[in-house]
Amino acid sequence: MEKLGGIFNPSSPEMEALAGLTYYTMATTLGILLLIVAAMIYIIIAYRKKPDDNQEPYQNFGNLNLEIVWTLIPCAIVAVLFILTCNTMKVVDPPVGDHEPDIIIIGHQWWWEIRYPKSGVITANELHIPAGKYMLARIESVDVIHDFWVPELGRKIDAIPGHTNHMWIVAGEPGLYIGACAEFCGTQHANMHIRVIAKTEEEFKEWETKELVIPPTPRSGLAGEGAKLFQEKACMNCHTILGTAAAARVGPNLTHLNNRQTIGAGVLTNTPENLKKWLTNPQRYKQGSLMPNMKLSPAEVDAIVAYLEALK
Amino acid sequence: MSSRIPLVPENTEPLPSLKGNQGMLAWVSSVDHKQIGLMYLIITGVFFVIGGLEALLMRIQLAQPEMDFISPEVYNQLFTMHGTTMIFFVVMPFLIGIGVYLVPLMIGARDMAFPRLNALSFWLVVFGGILIYYSFLTQSGAPDMGWFSYAPLSEKPFSLNKGPTYWALGLLATGIGSIASGLNNIVTILTLRTAGMTMRRIPLFVWMILVTSFLIIFVFPIIASAFAMMLLDRLLDATFFTPAHGGSAILWQHFFWGFGHPEVYILILPAFGIISEVIPVFSRKPIFGYEFVAGSTVAIGLLSVGVWGHHMFAVGLGDVANLYFSLASMLIAIPTGVKVLNWIATMWGGKIIFATPMLFATAFIIEFVMGGITGVAIASAPIDWVVTDSYFIVAHFHYVLYGGSMFAIFAGIYYWFPKFTGRMMSETLGKWHFWLTVIGFNMTFFIQHFLGVMGMPRRIYTYQDFPYWGSMNLLSTIGAVVLALSVLVFMWNIHVSLRRGKKAGDNPWNAWTLEWAAASPPAVHNFDLVPPVRGRRPLWDLAHPEQPDEPNAKVVD
Repeated sequence: MEKLGGIFNPSSPEMEALAGLTYYTMATTLGILLLIVAAMIYIIIAYRKKPDDNQEPYQNFGNLNLEIVWTLIPCAIVAVLFILTCNTMKVVDPPVGDHEPDIIIIGHQWWWEIRYPKSGVITANELHIPAGKYMLARIESVDVIHDFWVPELGRKIDAIPGHTNHMWIVAGEPGLYIGACAEFCGTQHANMHIRVIAKTEEEFKEWETKELVIPPTPRSGLAGEGAKLFQEKACMNCHTILGTAAAARVGPNLTHLNNRQTIGAGVLTNTPENLKKWLTNPQRYKQGSLMPNMKLSPAEVDAIVAYLEALK
Repeated sequence: MSSRIPLVPENTEPLPSLKGNQGMLAWVSSVDHKQIGLMYLIITGVFFVIGGLEALLMRIQLAQPEMDFISPEVYNQLFTMHGTTMIFFVVMPFLIGIGVYLVPLMIGARDMAFPRLNALSFWLVVFGGILIYYSFLTQSGAPDMGWFSYAPLSEKPFSLNKGPTYWALGLLATGIGSIASGLNNIVTILTLRTAGMTMRRIPLFVWMILVTSFLIIFVFPIIASAFAMMLLDRLLDATFFTPAHGGSAILWQHFFWGFGHPEVYILILPAFGIISEVIPVFSRKPIFGYEFVAGSTVAIGLLSVGVWGHHMFAVGLGDVANLYFSLASMLIAIPTGVKVLNWIATMWGGKIIFATPMLFATAFIIEFVMGGITGVAIASAPIDWVVTDSYFIVAHFHYVLYGGSMFAIFAGIYYWFPKFTGRMMSETLGKWHFWLTVIGFNMTFFIQHFLGVMGMPRRIYTYQDFPYWGSMNLLSTIGAVVLALSVLVFMWNIHVSLRRGKKAGDNPWNAWTLEWAAASPPAVHNFDLVPPVRGRRPLWDLAHPEQPDEPNAKVVD
């Protein structure tokens, strides 16, 4: 049997607190629902009109004491829930203080830009973190409102243009946690996945070092041809590749595309075959994506894929 | 008649008889509250079918992971139009319409205070609906930014299509109509009550319409101004809601939910009113705690204008705002709970007749409480951070709006259909409709709570094959098909009952409020003679002179 995801697999202290509060509240309120259902079942059985009974029942207009009691009971339930709410908020949303963000998460239509201001790493659609360490993220948007949500790790938070938000991200154990944009943000809202990859401290350091390498630009062969095409075919108008003239921030930084798991914020697994399909017509896999069909010939596609694969 | 030539044809026969009818013009030009009320019900029926089909298309697309049934563009138009239609062109105008029909009858009046304004309100709703649906014919299609139209997605350059402009214009027109109907109801209820019909004696349905009407005139101006700003942004390059030019995206949310949350109560309070009429009559007892049901409605109305921020917990408003909005939202559970307990207490000790209206009213209590308890949970900001914008929320508000408002609407239709038409609806078909609705509704929406907490965001046109998502969505889709079937049975019931339904007589349910003293359908002038009102149940007092509700009531002429 496959494991249930989301709230059923809380993987951070924050999410454990959130799941705990949710379970507690749901259990209490479900209890209330069950009491009401039980009362209704009793009423339906006990107070159904008998076919031959034409006498009107006793006309009861109300009872003040009863009204007071059943006003006070929900007041008490609300008071308890409110106290639990305050406590959980403290766990989930610890104060930021004067802490500088470790990560900047920027929502774009329809992908995530991830920047590590302390090391200078820039990537997309994948958030690498050292497991067990609280990382402060600053959440922004360059276009419309998005919402960062990794169901197994914690709360949702909006990415709003003109308004920055902060949240602490932590994963208890190394592993892959898949999330998505939760605020409707346009045509491809459904395909704006985020993959949080939690690693050990050493693996994280290693990954960071690799991401900081500026790969040499291939000068010859198919890859060299691809490098030239990348400059000529308008790819550079939107994308960045470190060490080249391509420095635009409209689309994802492609310097280390090689190291990523997916293409198009989760629509395809990142393999050379899929990359070819994607470059041939991105609109087929992500209709409405801001990456147009560049009408590349198969030879051109092969060259560009060879180039992107050669960047190490 | 020969000396007077009416400007427009008028019906002389009770409605909806077509005998002696003078054609369509008599309807179009009508200022009679019953005729306008019926037109509201008919037009909302049409929109209900359209909105339902939109939902069905969405459910088919979501039946399995990565389906290719409809494109993302069309899907986004469908959910935007489904939400807009169901809220602004089905539930709200239905409740206003049935109010327009019943309020004058319930308080013993001849008509609404402003009959022409009443007609204007109705036609503005119709024109608003046509305007919004017309956008399907434009090149770029219908609005596709979701029914709460968040800026800056709804603004240039992110929505260059015409849809959002039609949407704002159409809802602006409809909203003006709603404000007018709110004013009309308030003046009618405050000034046109018959002798003896004090505010402590008006039926609870009328109380609910009164509170709803105050909410309408307080909050629709907010959204009307926001629509005006949105239109200025879109058409004249103003920048109210565009952060790139100094505007504020969050400001729109404050305006929208400042209206939008009270709107939820505008959609449910009259439904509470229907339930508060149906349950006593079929339990054969007066409502338990009249003052508390009416008073809790006022409390809900007041609280509802101070809780809009609970739609914005993920925005990052800060701890203080989040805690305030959490607490204020939780407080609403108290007056709402009081109502539910009073309904249950009304049934307790009764001799309950489970005719179709009562079946829907009984199920309403359970389905609505289900929506209510998830509502209390998500009032807590941290829980909201988990479930907001996920399918959990979709499940929650469908339990409130379908399990709540729509169940009450069906109860109301079965209850008052004999008054509207002079004929009973078929009980057999009614029971089929009821059970198919209960099964289809719960099958569609219950599972969505789980999809939501497992990570399925709302408003996605497709999803990947995560564990169990496919089978859970398939179950939901099958439920939606059953629900569609239930609507077909309902429409068939209306169709046959209109033609061959049993004759109803004036008061088929032995009910106690004044509308049942009028003929079925009521004469054009409503009452030949309004019965004396010496208590909350004038027809009970007439039938039981030995046991009047208020034995010491003064006789008022």
